[in-house]
Amino acid sequence: MATEYPKGDIRIPAPVLAPGLSLRSITDKLSVFVLTKNTPMAWIVTTAIGFMFMMVLMVALTWLFLKGIGIWGNNVPVGWAFDIINFVWWIGIGHAGTLISAVLLLFKQDWRTSINRFAEAMTIFAVICAGIFPLIHTGRPWLAWYWLMPYPNVMTLWPNFKSPLIWDVFAVSTYFTVSLMFWFVGMIPDLATFRDKAEHPVVKKIYGVLALGWRGSARHWHRYESAYLILAGLSTPLVLSVHTVVSFDFAISVLPGWHATIFPPYFVAGAIFAGFAMVLTLAIPLRALYKLHDFITMRHIENMAKVMLVTGLVVVYGYFCEAFFGWYSANEYERFMLKNRIWHGPYAWTYAVLLLCNFLVPQLLWSKKMRNRVGMVFLVSMFINVGMWLERFVIIVTSLHRDFLPSSWQMYYPTGWDFMTLFGTIGLFLTLMFVFVRLLPLISITEVKMLLPQKAQTSAPEGGGQ
Amino acid sequence: MTLSDIRTRLAGLGGRTYWRSLEELADTPEFNEYVHREFPAQASEFTDPAGRREFLKLMGASLALAGVSACTRQPDELLVPYVRQPEQVVPGRPLFFATAMPAAGGYAMPVLAENHLGRPTKIEGNPDHPASLGATDIFAQASVLSLYDPDRSRSTIGRSAIKTWDSLITTLQGAITAQRALKGQGLRILTEPITSPSLTEQIQTLLAGLPEARWHQWDPVYGTFQGGAPAAMPLYRFDKADVVVSLDADFLGFGPGVLRYSKDFSSRRRINTPQDQLNRLYVVEPVPTITGGKADHRLAVKARDVHNFAASLAALVGVAGSGNQALGTNEAKFASAVAADLHSRHGRTIVVAGDHQPAAVHALARQINEALGNVGSTVFYTSPLSTAPADGTSSLTELVGAMNAGKVDLLLILGGNPVFTAPADLDFHAALAKVGTSVHLGLYYDETAFQCHWHVPEAHYLESWGDARAFDGTVSLIQPLIAPLYDGRQAIELVAALNGHTTLRPADLVRDYWSRAFHGKTTTTWTLGDRDGKPFATLEQFWRRALHDGLMPGTSVLDWQKGALTSAPAGPVGVVPAPPAATAGGTYEVIFRPDPCVLDGRYANNGWLQELPKPITKLTWDNAAYISVATATKLDIPLTRSGNQQQPIIEITHKGRSTRLPVWVLPGTADDVVVVHFGYGRERSGRVGNQVGHNTFGLRTAATPWFDSGAEVVKTADSYLLVSTQNHFAMEGRRPVRALNTDDYRREPGLVAAMGVHGFEYKPGETTPAPKPRKLLSLYDDKEFKYEGNKWGMVIDLNSCTGCSACVTACQAENNTAVVGKDQVDRTREMHWIRVDTYFEGDPAAPTAIHQQPVPCMQCENAPCEVVCPVAATQHNDEGLNDMVYNRCVGTRYCSNNCPYKVRRFNFLLYSDFTTPELWAQRNPDVTIRSRGVMEKCTYCVQRINHARIDAKTEGRDIQDGEIVTACQQVCPAEAITFGNLNDPNSKVAKLVAQDRNYGLLEDLNTRPRTTYLAVVKNPNKAL
Repeated sequence: MATEYPKGDIRIPAPVLAPGLSLRSITDKLSVFVLTKNTPMAWIVTTAIGFMFMMVLMVALTWLFLKGIGIWGNNVPVGWAFDIINFVWWIGIGHAGTLISAVLLLFKQDWRTSINRFAEAMTIFAVICAGIFPLIHTGRPWLAWYWLMPYPNVMTLWPNFKSPLIWDVFAVSTYFTVSLMFWFVGMIPDLATFRDKAEHPVVKKIYGVLALGWRGSARHWHRYESAYLILAGLSTPLVLSVHTVVSFDFAISVLPGWHATIFPPYFVAGAIFAGFAMVLTLAIPLRALYKLHDFITMRHIENMAKVMLVTGLVVVYGYFCEAFFGWYSANEYERFMLKNRIWHGPYAWTYAVLLLCNFLVPQLLWSKKMRNRVGMVFLVSMFINVGMWLERFVIIVTSLHRDFLPSSWQMYYPTGWDFMTLFGTIGLFLTLMFVFVRLLPLISITEVKMLLPQKAQTSAPEGGGQ
Repeated sequence: MTLSDIRTRLAGLGGRTYWRSLEELADTPEFNEYVHREFPAQASEFTDPAGRREFLKLMGASLALAGVSACTRQPDELLVPYVRQPEQVVPGRPLFFATAMPAAGGYAMPVLAENHLGRPTKIEGNPDHPASLGATDIFAQASVLSLYDPDRSRSTIGRSAIKTWDSLITTLQGAITAQRALKGQGLRILTEPITSPSLTEQIQTLLAGLPEARWHQWDPVYGTFQGGAPAAMPLYRFDKADVVVSLDADFLGFGPGVLRYSKDFSSRRRINTPQDQLNRLYVVEPVPTITGGKADHRLAVKARDVHNFAASLAALVGVAGSGNQALGTNEAKFASAVAADLHSRHGRTIVVAGDHQPAAVHALARQINEALGNVGSTVFYTSPLSTAPADGTSSLTELVGAMNAGKVDLLLILGGNPVFTAPADLDFHAALAKVGTSVHLGLYYDETAFQCHWHVPEAHYLESWGDARAFDGTVSLIQPLIAPLYDGRQAIELVAALNGHTTLRPADLVRDYWSRAFHGKTTTTWTLGDRDGKPFATLEQFWRRALHDGLMPGTSVLDWQKGALTSAPAGPVGVVPAPPAATAGGTYEVIFRPDPCVLDGRYANNGWLQELPKPITKLTWDNAAYISVATATKLDIPLTRSGNQQQPIIEITHKGRSTRLPVWVLPGTADDVVVVHFGYGRERSGRVGNQVGHNTFGLRTAATPWFDSGAEVVKTADSYLLVSTQNHFAMEGRRPVRALNTDDYRREPGLVAAMGVHGFEYKPGETTPAPKPRKLLSLYDDKEFKYEGNKWGMVIDLNSCTGCSACVTACQAENNTAVVGKDQVDRTREMHWIRVDTYFEGDPAAPTAIHQQPVPCMQCENAPCEVVCPVAATQHNDEGLNDMVYNRCVGTRYCSNNCPYKVRRFNFLLYSDFTTPELWAQRNPDVTIRSRGVMEKCTYCVQRINHARIDAKTEGRDIQDGEIVTACQQVCPAEAITFGNLNDPNSKVAKLVAQDRNYGLLEDLNTRPRTTYLAVVKNPNKAL
């Protein structure tokens, strides 16, 4: 496809797979991380750091359950703060995984193959991190965990189906279930490979159970392919629906700054934007750590950078629309909200930083040179991670702290426990991610094999059992 | 602890008493500490950041303690039902008893105390009493918490050891016998101002036998005068006055007559049709007060310049001999406009002189009233009621002189805390050390008790027998609602014991006095008759009627119905005294004011009052120096606040004394004035009030207790966190309070509705027609729901409301609302279900108006909170209430986020005190105590609605209009709150909703609030 470019032209897209790989070398290279007995030192160090932060989360949650929400900085005009910011942030991060694995599969984007597995894992872990918050942000989580579910009871009490928080419960739990199934089904042939290659009998047994009796027969491949496609089809609408529903938490309310019709598309774009940033944040170090340059090539990094650029511009369009709606509505509450948010409010600096992170810095990605510099792409993704967190801060805290009656205008200040919970969930995420990298196939072995030129024509690559 | 201590303690307890251990018996602080720290109550340790590291230590310790406490034998307690049910005691139905709270300067606050199975839980005003008319103030509301205060003093202490009452009486009788030989030369009695006839008689009997003994009086708030005490006591009829001029008088916010005066004044601000006439109020004052907020015209002048203004006004209205003083242009214009207005309403005006102004101003005000023909129609002058020496400062100065001279052998301090409150230059503390034997009677083991040889715990008024006179002289009997909780004694008991009546209990003493009074055998002659003035046939009839009604109708000095004095009028004014001379020195004027919530510090240990946002500033838990915007600029104090923040500390130096105080910029304060509130900085008040705020008594001297010039103010580099529940006092063009002038309202009643239109600007006097309000589209079904039966609604008349905040405390008492503490208020987590918002209008340097707006739950028809609750914990009921189901609430706080009024309050931590046993008895049994993690809010006092519903059902009728009175409505002295059935077109509330002044807060959001407001209509003078 790149024949029209002269040799050495920078514009030639990098290959999806590095040349010189064979079926055997792919299996060896990709299973060695799991089946090796020598755990790399770097893995131990990074996992230990992640684990440490996870313990911080445990301490923060224990104290939270003992004392109550009051240990955080939340107050009466600002009823939601870090809790819901973190929830929306994490759930947004999860979106890229589903987009990569499902939507790009349906669009037959072959470059997704090398990154879809860990992107999916990232989705699941991000949803786990996100899922903690709707529960712990309640005043009485020991009741909330089941009262938010529609279960039959003698009092015939049901949740309030008008409440967006109930929609959230359904959206997030559906999303988590489907993502988990999709992820697991995709791993079955690889788990069978591990079963076959593992030497320790216990390890063999474990992978054997997880492989669900996969033998790699044509019938298995046929069923597998169909199931995978169906799950991809199921996941696709979820990419759009989950964050749409999350955005309803805000859009349904009466609060200026929340009550805006642009929210669903704007939130979905934001989610993908944040998700790709997080995939890059993870992929770039992993690529270096496990020397995955053959599998995660510059092509991947560049494509993801392009997606970020596009979704980032959609997000900025969302900012513009919000501002325009506020002004055009001629509603004094909306207009004040904008002034307070952008210009003279005490949190206006967060909006400035937000624009820097989500608008100015990603513009670097217009340049192919920049996109080809891994360090630069990593840096931009880090900016976006911060920027997307700040975006939720701006939406939630800045809108709440000055609403309708000037008498109830107040300030919000986070406490140490707020930060501990935020960094604690990052710790939980990293721990889960590193455990995943050590125990499960980081890159889909079977699907990567399909990318080999000799396999391109056949529909069923060899899976486990070889 | 020794065996003798235990015996002493046992002797002090009446009847059989069980005890758990010797330590409890001795009631030592260590034992209390131990009881409070028992697992799991030590969780209190964790709130303290410094204590967190004690985590493991405590866990270990509590395990050990759990074993210890298991060995303690629990007392045998029998739970048996009544064998004979006492008459009228029905569980679940409260009884109300008339009594009176000795408050403000010894004057009675007549109340009805609600009693649930022997526990007083709530105070209401006595509707029959002319000084209450059903209302109460914040102090009466909060007094029920003081009754159960676990920090009240519990034992008689004699020279640092626990002693019995009998041992004290023996000691005192010995001392008195010694004094009798000396004709009482060495005996001094120090009381607060007293109006009680029976106590006065006992003291006078004691003094009669000891002619050289002296009775002194000290009260830093009500008994203290600068430049002499006024010669005559005025009584006002604000309901008859068309024009009122206040000369630094906060008659709506401060003083014994505040309830009656608020009610009378508000009756002239309440208008039903645009044609109704309003009264007009001019206020000349140095610092914004509740009264200043209601003013149609307010002039900020220094406290010292009020005299000049009064003298000029006197000259303008034609008082002979009052030379016209040199006034500034503004002041002169103001004075002439006021004078013209006063002249036009001859005999229908009032000029009020403030309690903090010298006798000179009082005399001028009286002369003006006389010149205007007001005396006898709207103002009545009579002699002061208080029986103790009137001028507290001179009386205390005399006492301290005697103490320092070593002439005082025995000092009885019956109430009050002079060690803390006495003027700094008197150094009462040092003088007290020179007294032979000092005895203190008080509710708390306070600073004075600590310095005295003896301390006796005083009985709370709800535990006492007694009598007191209201500001108009009406006598009320005080009857106990509960036996003394902590072995408290009364002043009358102590004095009677010294008179030899050791066996008589206070009930006998009071009854004895009034039976003699009934037969005309007391020194003071009392007119005792029923409400129609007819004398009673028997003593028993009189006594029962007086106890039941809570008042003796004939004892008032003013017949409120007829508007005539029943006692002798005060003598002529005579020579107007000269105002006190100014002190040279610095350029600032320092003004002293009692704290509006804790007064002189006596309520420092009352959490409700500490947390009650102070009127206008909304400060809690602290006192501050108030300065004007211009003064702040001069002192380089930042003006903007977006939230609670560190405020600079200023150092105020006056007459060689100085104090350091955080500063608060209060628009409307006179320039170059620094207003210092005293009452804070207590050292020995209890766990709530210790070391809260700054003690400013160190700056207050006997000669200038209220104001003086010549103060220096310097900004220091230090700062201090002040917490306020409101940090934005501008309306930002949103008009939560709609205010307009009476002429405009009369011409265009639709203006009130038009003020809800975005972008519409109200300009006084402009005659363009008001735009019609436009309805916005609603996200939800906008169909009107038909409520069968009752449809509750509330209307708050902002024109009547003074912002006194009594509703906030009443709501707290009625609904068991928790106190959260300064740290949590700083995080804006206070729990009040109703708040009073304050807004300033105009330039902050010279605000043109101060508006007050009580905000309870709006009980919206289209409630934004209801749709968003995921567990349906907040629901509309069939009478239109927005119900909150605490049991179902999981605490997502979404309802609060979506509430445009932010009236929902969340239990972020465990705020309700479940562990202090004393407080269990205080709570209203009809209202759930909310635990942590639950949202709560105003319920329109649903428990009262349900009581009325049960009554109506039992009697087979509908609920009558006015039968349900919410707690905020009941307490309101201005009658600003009306509650009732909107479905009944004849109900009071429905008629108010139909008024042109009626509007809903933020109604453009389509929430359709049930609670609506009546707009403020000001009555400005066109000449100004």
